[in-house]
Amino acid sequence: MEQNQPLNFFNRGPSPAVRLVFFTLFSLLLLFVDVRYRYLESIRSGLSVLVYPLQRLVTAPSKLWHEVDDFFSSHNSLIRDNAELHHQHTLDVAQLLQLEALKAENQHLRNLLMVQQRADYPMQLAEIMYVERDIFNRKILLDKGAQAKVLAGQVVMDDSGIVGQVTRVYPWMSEVTLITDKDHAVPVQVLRNGLRAVVFGSGDTGQLALRYMPISSDIQNGDVLVTSGIDGTYPVGLPVAKVIHVERDPAYPFARILCTPIAGVDKRRQLLILSGLLKLPERPEVIEGIATDKPKNSRRGAR
Amino acid sequence: MSDRILNDQEFQLPVSRIFIAASLFVALLLDWLPWQGIWLALRPDFVALVLLYWCTHKPYHVGINIAWTVGILADVADASLFGQHALAYSILAFSGIVLHRRILMFNLSQQTLQIFPLLLLAYAVYAAVHWQLRGNISWEYFIGSVVSALLWAPITILLQTLRRPRAASDQL
Repeated sequence: MEQNQPLNFFNRGPSPAVRLVFFTLFSLLLLFVDVRYRYLESIRSGLSVLVYPLQRLVTAPSKLWHEVDDFFSSHNSLIRDNAELHHQHTLDVAQLLQLEALKAENQHLRNLLMVQQRADYPMQLAEIMYVERDIFNRKILLDKGAQAKVLAGQVVMDDSGIVGQVTRVYPWMSEVTLITDKDHAVPVQVLRNGLRAVVFGSGDTGQLALRYMPISSDIQNGDVLVTSGIDGTYPVGLPVAKVIHVERDPAYPFARILCTPIAGVDKRRQLLILSGLLKLPERPEVIEGIATDKPKNSRRGAR
Repeated sequence: MSDRILNDQEFQLPVSRIFIAASLFVALLLDWLPWQGIWLALRPDFVALVLLYWCTHKPYHVGINIAWTVGILADVADASLFGQHALAYSILAFSGIVLHRRILMFNLSQQTLQIFPLLLLAYAVYAAVHWQLRGNISWEYFIGSVVSALLWAPITILLQTLRRPRAASDQL
């Protein structure tokens, strides 16, 4: 290859340029395959097993810090928290009693109406291992994976609302795309008037955008958006976001509506994974009450 | 070979493969620390820096293959697309290897200016891949390349110090 060089005592293999071309092409091929197909998921999860202990190792200091912090939380604050929780618990129990009655009533009415039953979702608690390290993605890694029967597509929430969706499952970890991710969309309904919409992430923590809403649409500041359940991924009625800014400029066909997520998308350390995916019938004709004008592809599998 | 020795003369330091692997390993761990918020934007890419250090100082020990392998590991841990880091690091390693004689001619502060474009190139490759495939780009990502370039001198000094054999310390 390098004939014009005087002497080549040491064979160092192909030249850097050749290697660069090879690895560039290989990387591009991998990128293409990763974007288009899902063949690489098994390799990825295999490598993640290799990487997992290191990740645990790296998060250990911050975890230790949290634990030490917890340990030294003062007696007073514990007593206060306990009292508060007791208070809340009493209130909740009262409401729960009502809920049971309402549930039974609802079931009865639904039976009468012959509408599909709403399912109860078992949940499991998972702890955040990692908040996103990649500035482009709004993703977190949880410490429950395929070993704990987590599936891609399951919904992740905290005590106040939706946080995101499991998009990739490793043996001991799962990757959650937050609702604030740029690629993420959640079908929602305005709680006040039942208006259906889709809320998109903006790639910015703490901000969501309600796109493609006509200027005349009835949305006000402070409206609460809950999941509509139309896509079959998100259960019905979970709080997602609150409208904080509505801008109606007649020059544009759509209103500019900004929302803020209700759940502490970037605040909590423990999150709930809703196990059990809702199985919707394949054909849309079966559900008569719900129109099918919403895009149903907001569910993102392994991407 | 001979001119490389001349250039490196003052720090012809021994190097072991274990030390190279350990430095890359530590750099990966540093990258994987739970950076958040403003620190995430300011996060220097330690792996890129250490790779560039080895590619300029020991271009025959650390090449594009190692850069690529490390990049794949970074991809898995960062949940980015397969090959995104790998591509950026391969290009970084190549530019480091091609320019290593030129870079080593300068002193440390001048080297910083010399390696900044290389880091910027690697960052741009990463961002360009993301932009092509996902359609968005966040400009604060490039702040990291500036911070990385500023860390070049400290990291070089640190690695040089660690490479210096213990026996040499009594000569000072």
